[in-house]
Formats: sequence, structure tokens, C-alpha cells
Amino acid sequence: MSAIWIAVITVAAIALAAGLSLSFASRRLPAQEGDLVERVNSLLPQTQCAQCGFPGCRPYASAIVDDHAAINLCPPGGEETVRKLADLLGRDALPLQKPPPEGRVVAIIDEAACIGCTHCRTACPVDAIVGAHHYMHTIIESECTGCELCIAPCPVDCISLGKVA
Amino acid sequence: MSAPTYDLGKLHGGLRLDGHKQQSTAQPIFDVPVPAQLILPLAQHVGDPAQPIVSIGEHVLKGQLIAETEGALGAPIHASSSGKVVAIEPWPISRRYGETAPCIVIETDGEDRAIERADTPPDYDSLAPEVLEQLILQGGIVGLGGAVFPTAQKLMQANTCELEYLILNGVECEPYISCDDLLMRERADAVLSGGQILMHALGIDVCYVVVESDKPQALHLLEDALNEIGDDRIILKQVPTIYPSGGEDQLVQLVTNREVPSGGLPSDVGCLVQNVGTAVAIHDWIHHNEPLISRITTVTGPGVAMPMNVRARIGTTVADIINFAGGYTDQAKHLIIGGPMTGKSVSTDRVPVVKATNCILVIAEVPSAGPELPCIRCGDCAAVCPVQLLPQQLFWYACADDEKHLRSYGLTDCIECGCCDLVCPSHIPLTADFRIAKGRIQEMADEKARAERARKRFEARNERLERERSKRVEELAQQKEEARRAGPDAIAEILRRKQQQGED
Repeated sequence: MSAIWIAVITVAAIALAAGLSLSFASRRLPAQEGDLVERVNSLLPQTQCAQCGFPGCRPYASAIVDDHAAINLCPPGGEETVRKLADLLGRDALPLQKPPPEGRVVAIIDEAACIGCTHCRTACPVDAIVGAHHYMHTIIESECTGCELCIAPCPVDCISLGKVA
Repeated sequence: MSAPTYDLGKLHGGLRLDGHKQQSTAQPIFDVPVPAQLILPLAQHVGDPAQPIVSIGEHVLKGQLIAETEGALGAPIHASSSGKVVAIEPWPISRRYGETAPCIVIETDGEDRAIERADTPPDYDSLAPEVLEQLILQGGIVGLGGAVFPTAQKLMQANTCELEYLILNGVECEPYISCDDLLMRERADAVLSGGQILMHALGIDVCYVVVESDKPQALHLLEDALNEIGDDRIILKQVPTIYPSGGEDQLVQLVTNREVPSGGLPSDVGCLVQNVGTAVAIHDWIHHNEPLISRITTVTGPGVAMPMNVRARIGTTVADIINFAGGYTDQAKHLIIGGPMTGKSVSTDRVPVVKATNCILVIAEVPSAGPELPCIRCGDCAAVCPVQLLPQQLFWYACADDEKHLRSYGLTDCIECGCCDLVCPSHIPLTADFRIAKGRIQEMADEKARAERARKRFEARNERLERERSKRVEELAQQKEEARRAGPDAIAEILRRKQQQGED
């Protein structure tokens, strides 16, 4: 009879020790949350276009992790990104809400029409527009992510999107 | 004296191919007359395209510099004959990507007047290696084996490593091509002299001149020339006729039994490989002040009336050269620039001969080998791969666009020799698939790098905005504090003054 009690007590002791150490680990050790945001962010295309409804890729990444935002809100990332996010987070890969763009696009300023209002420069999330007050503005093509955020603020509609050759 | 030796390393795989060289080696090298029009592409080398320094309408002389290098990697371009610059415009050219490229078009005046050089060429022996490298750069000299890597930059890079051997590559293993063979026969002394200059530039004392066993005449003539100059630093070596033993890394393996590491260069194992044509170009530039304005190219194949080797000015169109070689035969069907294994098929003979053009091949209709069938995993491709890759695995991953495995299975080390294509019983165009996959993984890497840059810029911008905001808040608080410290009397005073101003 005592053999059974020894066994029960041993298993109970092991369970208690494991339970205590797990609860300690979950409270005291640094949470993986921050890392997860970083990992989600690294899967996003860094276009910073805000089409997801969040002001940039990192804010969207923290929204996905913290507020359980949907993972199919990123058109520039395409289905590929949705699939990778689903793999990482263990969620279902839903179809994209908006179709992805075809090929890499960049903004192009019609420099003859530009009045130098600086509105587009302020709107650019990656500082890829250079120009000063009352002077012509231009896009740094290699840094432009094609996010379209500069198009709406332009008062003379001189910005368009173009395919990269 | 140094006799051809057989103490060689082992090349994995490779194929014994039908040479088809005797058609074009029966005659000496002929000079193609200067054509009415020369088309000189600005990008004839690896690196940044040269920038034109002549304007339309300007008269130029043979050997005059017409486009300079810009950026770290590149080579200048010289006028191949005298005449007038009539255009700088896109022109059809032969290259892997794209159909046209900017070219300088010169209408020749028929006088072929060379530019006069004030200074006599300095004795290269007295020059420091760095000065000699700069001099070679000015000659517009690039690797003439086909890769057209600027020679001066190759030397500069190699000089940062511990070097032991200079290898002059006279292997020319691809079928049909025989321009190096004829060059070695006719200018054996210049090959050796170029080797001496290169040895001086590199500060090394061993130079192997390597020739394939199917070129006994070239080997014999080189031996004679070597006996004449009596330079015991130069050693002739003969290698068996196996394609692609003329590949840079393959040749290093054969000659020195050292394997060039993945992603590395021959200089990592103490070797520098130069084509024999490059050595001759260096000789001509250093000793005779003639920049790289012409090259020897093989015109051959069943589609050419008189297969031969010609010395053509850079910029001569392929049409002019084929006319010179008796024109097309009835069998002519496809025009290929380069050899049958690594060359590129072009749709027009208006393309010019550039520094890279070692062969103009006109072939007859190729009987179709049959439709592409599924891979049966026989492994024949792996047996012939000279880089010891596993093409059947790479094909698998290329179909799946699996970047990680494509990299770990060494796709970037593929030299695109085409051996796997030839042996594949399922007729899978493996090399073409690998070429596309290489482009894809390059694209993915670029995209990743761009995303990383965008992330950094986005974060930097947010930081800046935050900094500006907190600075404004601080300033506002400071102003408030100042006003408070001045007391209510001061505020009343200011208000009174304002009111007065309004009344005035």
C-alpha cells in the first residue's frame, strides 16, 4: 500500500515543482511579445503605405500581436506575406482584402508642374522626397516604396505612380 | 626546357564534345577592312557603363578615348578608327538581358588615322605595380575570354591577396571557337610578353601557359617562342580536351589541384587567371601603345560560307563580318554570339562585335530533341557537373522557388556551362531554368535589402518627428515660464502697448 502512496506523492511533487517553475518563468522571464512584434515586422514588406489602416508596418505588426488585428490587410506583401504570417502566428491564411500591386512601382513627380509646397515631402514615410519651399521636389527612386501617400496631399496633382524599368 | 606536363589535378565531370574547330583553323587570321560605320556600346564590360566624352559631329582619331570610366568598376572605350561621331543612341546589341543599349556611332572616313601619342611608352619594368595597373586601365583592357571583367581591377583585387601563380588560359574548350588557338599560333611571342608584364604587375614568379591537347600547333609554337626568350619563370602545360576545363575555377583546379571556395575567387587560393587574348592586348598596349580597339573572333558554323578567324575592329557589325567570310549559306538558320554552349542567340546581324565577342556562330536548324519530360532522378546531370552541384535537386527547388535551398545547394556557384542540359534524358532545359532562378533569388535579395532600408528610414523619421515634437513642447514650456517669471505687471504693460498700437 505504501508503495502506491510513494508513487502518488512523487508524481504530485514533480507536478508541483513543474507548475511552480512554469508560473515563475511566465511571470519573471522577459516576455516573447516584443520579439514576436519584431518577427512579424520582419515579414512585412516595409512599404509603410498604411493601407492596412495603421500608420506603418511596425504599428501594424504590434496591432497584429497585441490587438489580434487581421493578418490579410497588407496588399503590397501579397498572398506570400499572409501565408508566412499565418505560419508564424498559427492563424488561418485568409485571402487578401485588396489585390496586390503588380511589380515594383515608385512615385514620379512631374517636376515642371511642382510648385514646391512641401506637402508630399511631409507625407513621405521614408523620407524619400527631397525639396524645399518654393523649389522643385523630386523622388529618390531607390528609396521610394511606392506607398502612394504623397499623391493625395499634392495640390496640383503632379505625382503619379510608375513602374520601375 | 619546360616541356608540357601532365601532373594535373582532377576535374569533376565535364564532357568530351565534338570540337568542330578544324573548319575555322585551316586558314590564317584575316583582317576585316574598316567598315563604313562603327557601333561602340558604352557597356562592353562588367561594371558601370562608360560615359561618352565626345559630342555628335566631333571628329575622332583611331585610338582616341571616347568614353571614360565612371564608378569603381569599368573600362574606358577608344575609337576603333578615325571618323565622325554621328550619333549616341540605343542600338541592338547581344547580351543576356535587354535588346538594345546606348552606343556611340562613328562614320569612318577611310583614312584610319591614329591619334599621335606624345610620350613614348615607358619601360614597364621600371613602373611600380600600381602605376602599371592604372596604365592597363587606361588601355580599356578587359578579360577577353568572354567574361569581360576589367583587367586592371582584377589585378588590383588580386594584389590584395597572397599570390603564387599566374595562369594564362589558352584552353578554349567550347566547340567551334578557335580564336585563341589561332592567336597563340600567330602571336606566341606576344602571349609570353603579356605574361611577363602581368607577372611584373602582380609580383609573382610563376606563370603557367595552359593549352588544351587538341591544339598541338599552338603548343609547339609557344614552345619555340619560349625557347627563344628563355624565361624560365614561364611553364607550358597541356590539359586534356574536356569541356569546360577552360572555366576559370576549373582551370585552377586542373593546374594547381586547388579548389576555389564557393563564392570565392581564384586569388583566394593564390592564383590569377587571364585569357591569352588579354595578355596579347596588354602587350599591344604597353609595348605598342595600341589600346583595345580590335579583337580576333571566330566566324564559323554550317551557316557561314568560309569559316575563318578574323581580326575585326570593335564596333564592326556582325553582318559586315559575315559578308567578309563569304556570306550565309542556305543552311543558315540561327545566329549565335559566342559558342554553342554558353552563347546567346540573337535575332539580327546588325549587332556590333564588342570586346566580349569571341565567336560568331551560324548554325543550321537544330532537330528538336523532343519535348521536356518529367525528371526521372537518374543523376546523370550530377555526374557531369564540373562544380559538383546536384542539378536534379536544384531543379526541384527552382520549380518551387525555394530560395533557402537554392542557396544552400549552391545555385550561385553554377557556371552555366550547359553540361547537365546535354546529358538530361528528359530534355529539361536545366541551365535556362537555373539562369532564371539566379535572377529570382537576386531579386528576392534586393527586395529584402530594400525593405530593410525602408524600415530603417521609417524608424529614423519617426524618431526625428518625436524629437521635434518634444523640442517644441519644451520651448513652449520655457516661454510660459519666462512670462510667469516677468510677473503680471509686465504682461499688463505689453497688453497696454498693443492696445496703443491698435489705436494709432
